[in-house]
Amino acid sequence: MSFSWDFLLRAALPQLLGAVPITMTLTLLSASGSALLGVPLALALGAAAPWKRWPAEAYALLMRGTPMLVQIYMIYYGLGSLIPREWMRHTWASPVLRDAFWYGLVALTLNETAYVAVILKAGFDAIPRGQREAASALGMSRTSTLTRILLPQALGVVFPMLANEFILLLKSTVLVSTITIFDVLGTANNIRFETLRVDEPLVGAACVYVVLVGVVTLICRPIERRLGRHLRHP
Amino acid sequence: MSPGDAPLAGYGDQLVAGLLLTLEVALCSYAIGSLFGVLGAAAKLSRWRTLRLGAGLYTTLVRALPELLLVLLAFYLIAARIEHVGVVVTPFAVAVTALGFIQGAYITEVLRAAVLAIPRGQREAAEALNLHPLTYLCRIVAPQALRHALGGLGNIWLNATKDASLISVLGIFADVLKVSALAAAATKRYVFFYAVAGVCFLAITLVSTALLDRLRRHLGRAYVT
Repeated sequence: MSFSWDFLLRAALPQLLGAVPITMTLTLLSASGSALLGVPLALALGAAAPWKRWPAEAYALLMRGTPMLVQIYMIYYGLGSLIPREWMRHTWASPVLRDAFWYGLVALTLNETAYVAVILKAGFDAIPRGQREAASALGMSRTSTLTRILLPQALGVVFPMLANEFILLLKSTVLVSTITIFDVLGTANNIRFETLRVDEPLVGAACVYVVLVGVVTLICRPIERRLGRHLRHP
Repeated sequence: MSPGDAPLAGYGDQLVAGLLLTLEVALCSYAIGSLFGVLGAAAKLSRWRTLRLGAGLYTTLVRALPELLLVLLAFYLIAARIEHVGVVVTPFAVAVTALGFIQGAYITEVLRAAVLAIPRGQREAAEALNLHPLTYLCRIVAPQALRHALGGLGNIWLNATKDASLISVLGIFADVLKVSALAAAATKRYVFFYAVAGVCFLAITLVSTALLDRLRRHLGRAYVT
């Protein structure tokens, strides 16, 4: 079967573009979730007390040392097999428990949290220790030290790394296509199985991802420049 | 005790074979990736515009595409085209070439930065001493660049071991994740068998990290203060 531009543009691309919201929702939700969970984990990674630091380090090692695919299977099949069958049928939670989307989202978030935490910890380490001491000498609470001293500076330092991580996250969402989620790649696979045309859906999906990554890069660049403006020498 | 009662339910041998296949895929793809990386870095640092543009396109495209999608493209588009011409390619060769092609893009960037970190004066000194360009490359650039690049190359190796798990999606390889998935489905012990797969990958990561740390100390031995 030869490559058909007509099939790519008329049949495959509209369906693939229709799946972009699923891919982007997964990416944005897991990015937000990991940003929220990553802050306490980063603080625990930098804590002096071993009972805080060791569990955090173990978590980071586990998530960064095993493939995302294993984690996705572990959550979808492993956790899914532990949930009682009755819960999946007749409770308020059953729509959530039966939908692969939420398992994929949890797996992506848990994995991404570890990567974000390690990046944030590097950002916290870059802030001179004296600033924390000064904040506590001024009687600032730990929350306001975090939100007004540590986070703004750390974010300025590590934003390029976080932006890079966001793109890696966007790319790793394709792995949820293996657990019956119809994101862009999942839709491409579906077209493949239904029409037995292989080239067009895969090429179309590749184009969609290149454009998505390009758009994210274009959005991040000015933010990067603005957050890092105090670091540049005139 | 029948095989079904044992902890691994008789899947022990297959799991070991799967782990070896995963390691083999990781090692071969990394070797191919290093080749792509050296060529890519050379092209990016070359004085010819066309080569620089080509290498730029290579790294940008590969880093914008999801790894799994690139592996699928390699199998269903490129390998199918090659077979059509009449050349026989094994699935293993396609898999390691595709994964190596991906890692090559990242290795290109790491090597380029490592070479650029070498002060320009050294090149001028080498020219003043009338060193052969090849001697300059092998004895001046390579040892120093390797030390600069080791951190990045180590990270890419760790990714290579994890990306080797992607071949399990294709359904034609009995790698450690595929065997675990089959065992999990057959015995209904999902948590246990996926944990086994996770432990295998974690062990590869831990051993690699320890070896990389020793290598780092070895390459940095001239810089101990």
